Amino acid sequence: MSSDSDILDLARRLAERAEPGEQVEVTVGRGTRTTVRVHGGEVESFTSATSHGIGVRVIADHREGFAHAGSHDPDVVDDVLAEARDNASFATPDDHVGLVEPDGVEAVPVDHWNDSVVAYSDVDKIARTVELERRVLGGDPRMRSVRTAVWSDAAAEFALASSAGLALSSRSTSCSMSVSGIAGEGDDTATGAGVDAARSPDALDDDKVVSDAVQRATELLGGRPVPSQRVTLLLEPRLAATLLGIVAGSLTGDVVLKGRSPFADRLGEEIASPLLTLVDDPTDTRSIASDSHDGEGLATRRNALVENGVLAGFLYDGTTGRRAGAASTASAVRGSRGLPSPGVQVMVAEPGDGTYDELLASLDSGFALRSMNGLHSGVNPVSGDFSVGAEGRMIRGGELAEPVREITIAGSLQRMLLDIAAVGGDLTWLPGGTGVPSLVIGDISLGGR
Amino acid sequence: MIDESVIQRTIGAALGTGGEFAEVFVEDRRSTGAVLDDRRVEDLSSGRDRGAGIRVVSGDTTGFAHTADLTEAGLRQAAEAAAAAAQGGGGGTRVVDLTRQTAPRPNEIRTLPEDVAKATKVELLNRADEAARAEGSDISQVMVRYGDNRRRILVANSDGLLADDDQVRTLFAVSCVANGDTGMQTGRESIGRTVGFELFDIYDVEDLARRAARRAITKLQAVPAPSGSMPVVIGKGGGGVLFHEACGHGLEADLVAKKASVFAGRKGELVASPLVTLVDDGTMSEEWGAYSIDDEGRPAQRNVLIENGVLTDYMWDHLRARKEGRPSSGNGRRQSYQHLPMVRMTNTYIGNGADDPADIIAATDRGVFVAQLGGGQVNTATGDFVFGMTEAYLIEDGKITSPIRDGNLIGNGPEVLTRIDMLGNDFEMGHPGTCGKDGQGVPVGDGTPTLRVTSLTVGGTAA
Repeated sequence: MSSDSDILDLARRLAERAEPGEQVEVTVGRGTRTTVRVHGGEVESFTSATSHGIGVRVIADHREGFAHAGSHDPDVVDDVLAEARDNASFATPDDHVGLVEPDGVEAVPVDHWNDSVVAYSDVDKIARTVELERRVLGGDPRMRSVRTAVWSDAAAEFALASSAGLALSSRSTSCSMSVSGIAGEGDDTATGAGVDAARSPDALDDDKVVSDAVQRATELLGGRPVPSQRVTLLLEPRLAATLLGIVAGSLTGDVVLKGRSPFADRLGEEIASPLLTLVDDPTDTRSIASDSHDGEGLATRRNALVENGVLAGFLYDGTTGRRAGAASTASAVRGSRGLPSPGVQVMVAEPGDGTYDELLASLDSGFALRSMNGLHSGVNPVSGDFSVGAEGRMIRGGELAEPVREITIAGSLQRMLLDIAAVGGDLTWLPGGTGVPSLVIGDISLGGR
Repeated sequence: MIDESVIQRTIGAALGTGGEFAEVFVEDRRSTGAVLDDRRVEDLSSGRDRGAGIRVVSGDTTGFAHTADLTEAGLRQAAEAAAAAAQGGGGGTRVVDLTRQTAPRPNEIRTLPEDVAKATKVELLNRADEAARAEGSDISQVMVRYGDNRRRILVANSDGLLADDDQVRTLFAVSCVANGDTGMQTGRESIGRTVGFELFDIYDVEDLARRAARRAITKLQAVPAPSGSMPVVIGKGGGGVLFHEACGHGLEADLVAKKASVFAGRKGELVASPLVTLVDDGTMSEEWGAYSIDDEGRPAQRNVLIENGVLTDYMWDHLRARKEGRPSSGNGRRQSYQHLPMVRMTNTYIGNGADDPADIIAATDRGVFVAQLGGGQVNTATGDFVFGMTEAYLIEDGKITSPIRDGNLIGNGPEVLTRIDMLGNDFEMGHPGTCGKDGQGVPVGDGTPTLRVTSLTVGGTAA
């Protein structure tokens, strides 16, 4: 891949075209990606691709407009700038919109580039994915098929320049593998998936991906609904991360300022069990999602969200920070196709005590959650109500008991936070970059037969 | 979009490593969007994406590459990358004669959104905001979204096919938050059609906004949803999501072929209540999931999947159909030129039954009436699915009573299909949806009359 200075030059040259009284911010991206899908021991598809993107934000007379395109061709780039200007002219004037200016915070160095991803051969990618499928199929006599075994890797370059004087570029590599297995026993079928992501091929844990898929598929065989009841819920880190992620999302400036968060007016109040401390910390380089800068180019920093159960802060980008009468918390996130907005970058829940097995042993009865589905329709982040489809195992006498399927768990995010009964010491860094331990939550509604 | 001779030479290059099938898919997409939120028009954006995806099939392997460079050199490079990825044996030259094919359009576009002034689009947002807020002081927040996109595609393949389509879609959505003593509730309404700006000659955005606002206000009185298994009546229009999840995905031939569907090997069997006739129809004029050709160049079709309860056929794309030696059913779709096509639904619906909807409610002693469904999700291998209720009420003694809070319904596809015991005569299409599969989203429609399922699990919090 060529040096990233040419995309930074492109961003700079375009940002320099800001007219008097106008602010212009340009983001430029470029990347390559390969994806290998294997089925039945053969390559089902092999995708190799390059992509380009450019996004332009224009602010003039306190009005903001945006345009993007999937090409760096000079005529396209000119169009994008013109379209962003035109779009700005139709926005409602807003004193709070504007670019951020450097605020003196020093960036934590983060290097997510690893040549070994680019050097990894197609033959190795294919062989490793074929092996992944084979091992899942052979992992247990009850494994019947594998829906897909997938390898994916990417190398990406990013540059940002603005008329406010910011100019930066970065590059990163990543790779991931995932597999979805189907287990069967008689007429009964169950599925389970394993996934891992890393910044280099060596860092991927094939054994864990295989054992997760096999164990998750086989342990739910024979599962059926149980009667409706209230249960204590035991969450492994990846599921705790899902629920806490929805909470963290409702602590971002946009939803808070627009009255769409159940926590909007509760700064300084106790919103959770004192056992919970939740932060957003993109400077924590243990996370695969750590980054030195946010989506507007400010140096990232650690932001406390919940400290010992007390609501400690919200996350802001430039515009929402000004609207709140505060500063940006360097929490701008963005895709290449839209304006930045405040978001969670690296959520970390601070660990307490005990392993998953120790938490399990401490419960006389309860429900060990293994999967949730329907989150996009079943969680209302405005009201805080949630109701999702679930699978898992009953807990009896501190041990895992019968598998359960076709049930729901329901409650409210507000109540759930207060009902956190234990936080494990098993802080786990997940493929998505969040760091979360196991959790025990009391008194959740389980809907079944 | 691209000269035919260039396409022809690109296909030739794609077949250079001996692949049996090659395809060039070119896409030029323009989109505009505007959002009004918190009384401000913000987030005005425009997008332009154009490029080509080239695939080469050799044996069971598909090689795929995409590029934003539509010059002949750029296309050739992508063709060679796809050919190398397919790793066919032995080279060779094949010249393919392309024959342009035409397919009927579901409807003509009367007003291209790009010909409409942005100020006119923004005006719609303001009108909807005012109408929603006028519904009452309980409305604390209104978000209105306008979006249009025009997608021109061209498909050519080594079977000699050459076809193109110009797809225009327009969408308008209103989300309201109502704030009351019991906390906040939300209400949403949306319209979307495969039409241009004439969408707003057919639909009144103020009426849409008022409905969204009333839905949020009504839910302020909502009681906790019951939990457990009970009869569920689903109102007209909304039930399509049920079938989309309960069986639609399981009837996609790619999942059937991988034995990742509970409906594999069940063609000709009674899989549903005899009341159920399920159709997937990409030709439905103006509907959100309609098109002239699919993303493999095949004309859209009306496909009967279940007839009077009997499974009649699956849905097919080119690759799966080719393996079975049968024609594709026009269900090969992709999110963009950067994605491989796969089997996808279009507009999926159940036609009218004989029951008066009022009789269906009256015949239900105790249960839940779902007036609007949210999205859903299914595990096709087990058939277990969930979908969300975004407006629902208790049924008590044959009457609709208190509104209930949002929650999910959960069930198992093959079981639920056999439990449909009443079907209304009030068919309606539902809301425009985006169906996600393997990371790709495509626009889909669905519809049903009012119907009753004798038992579904409601995921509430009430004892």
